[in-house]
Amino acid sequence: METVIEASNLVKQFGSFRAVDTINFSVRPGEVFGFLGPNGAGKTTTMKMIQCASPRTSGSLSVFGLDPGTHSHEIKAMIGVVPQETNLDTEFSTIENLIVYSRYFGIPKEVAEERAEKLLDFVQLTEKRDVNIEKLSGGMKRRLILARALVNQPKLLILDEPTIGLDPQARHLIWEKLKLLRSLGNTIVLTTHYLEEAERLCDRLVIMNNGTILVEGSPAELVRDHVGSGIVEAEHSPEVVECLSHMGISYEVTGDIVQVVTDNPRLVAQELLRKCDAKQVLTRAATLEDVFLKLTGRGLKE
Amino acid sequence: MIQDLFAIPRLSGNAWTVWKRNLDVFQKTWRVNLVPPFIEPFLYLIALGFGLGGFVGYIGDVPYIDFIAPAIVAVSIMNSAFFECTYGSYVRMYYGKTFDAIIATPVSIEEVIAGELLWGATRSMIYTSLMLPVLILFGVVNVPTSLLLIPFAFLGGLLFACIAMCFTAVTPSIDALNYPSFLFITPMLLFSGTFFPITVLPPALQAFAFAVLPLTHVVSICRGITLTLFTPFMLLDLAWIAIVTTVLFILAINLMKRRLVV
Repeated sequence: METVIEASNLVKQFGSFRAVDTINFSVRPGEVFGFLGPNGAGKTTTMKMIQCASPRTSGSLSVFGLDPGTHSHEIKAMIGVVPQETNLDTEFSTIENLIVYSRYFGIPKEVAEERAEKLLDFVQLTEKRDVNIEKLSGGMKRRLILARALVNQPKLLILDEPTIGLDPQARHLIWEKLKLLRSLGNTIVLTTHYLEEAERLCDRLVIMNNGTILVEGSPAELVRDHVGSGIVEAEHSPEVVECLSHMGISYEVTGDIVQVVTDNPRLVAQELLRKCDAKQVLTRAATLEDVFLKLTGRGLKE
Repeated sequence: MIQDLFAIPRLSGNAWTVWKRNLDVFQKTWRVNLVPPFIEPFLYLIALGFGLGGFVGYIGDVPYIDFIAPAIVAVSIMNSAFFECTYGSYVRMYYGKTFDAIIATPVSIEEVIAGELLWGATRSMIYTSLMLPVLILFGVVNVPTSLLLIPFAFLGGLLFACIAMCFTAVTPSIDALNYPSFLFITPMLLFSGTFFPITVLPPALQAFAFAVLPLTHVVSICRGITLTLFTPFMLLDLAWIAIVTTVLFILAINLMKRRLVV
């Protein structure tokens, strides 16, 4: 199958700092591919290389079979970009933002106007058509940026932290729109550090840390391969710890909680309640968050 | 490294989409934009022309007010392009992130900067066109030769736009743009043959003004046009402007590219 993006041994170096360190990945047509990782993992830098905004240091990268270093004009005509920073043009109204942006793609005025109206409808901003950008809420601005990224009817949509700083309602609305775009056959690449977002949207994803890719797979595969199916949590008390050690069950202590990863959470919970005299026991399905924390560590990323 | 700064940039018609963006904004805020070019010549002509001119009388056989009228146009050409491509461009680049948004489209960073420079020049041309009727009304410029000021304002404006963009490309912050404004623009305003003939300066200063103060050449040509006194020396001024503009146009684009593409 033809790939949309193909990266091999991709490196980006800033002085002595290696922001992206020899990564390999490929994105297939029609899928939602995610880059998950803590701040400073190299996700945004990777996006910038794909969207021809930043030249790579070494390795190979192709987008639609073209080299971003030499064919940026052609590649940029085929992609839509939702940047992390809100960079709408504050001098213009909502609809003008879309029309002025269309002009950079060489889209004729009549076509641009017609598309802009449809896109405003798509992101539910028709009511705010003639409002100045400054008057829009954070969620509305993000939706308008999404609409702006679609003016050229891109074959590939790149979203860098699409829901950063949004409230749950605004976030769900963006997710709904992205799912709709996926169902229409669009290829979408996104970065996020929201695990729920990655779990809900991505067909496949990679987890990045310190410029390298740690793992790759579908959210379900990653959870199964790296954590297991279930998690049992109990309070962190000497009795519980001793009891678990005694039974030979491996556990992990995080703060005031003891976590046991297991394929049989029900059994472990019973044992904890019956034999270890645990006061609080919680069983839950393992999530991507468990994979993420396991792979990237619990230390604070700044 | 140095060769990179003088590499010929690859440009296309896309630069005009950036120019058009700025023109659209200008038209949206036209009320604010049209006032200064009308008011400015009034203030200068009354204060300097009638006020100071009453003491000075004539410079050579030219009335003082006619002597400074072209200088007012030249200063306006300088200011409108220079401030557009320093503070204006810096705000669009740094605070508005407008350039980042545009370079995610098929428009390249080189074309964004070229569009900004062309817009700076256009702004000088618009201002000159608006000032000219006032000067004609005062009867201090020759008609119809003075109409040549309009196309010339584009070239002069482009010169100052390119100078400005070089500063913008290397400035660490918006406050640091005050340095070229005070250390470069203000001396030019005073020592470029604007309000008194450059020939009264000591020879060393005269040479300095001709060599490195771009406004000297712009004033010289503006004055030749409004007084209809065309001299071969103006060709030298024109050549100076053309060469410096070309070199700085290329340099400004490459410096900005170096700043923005990492």
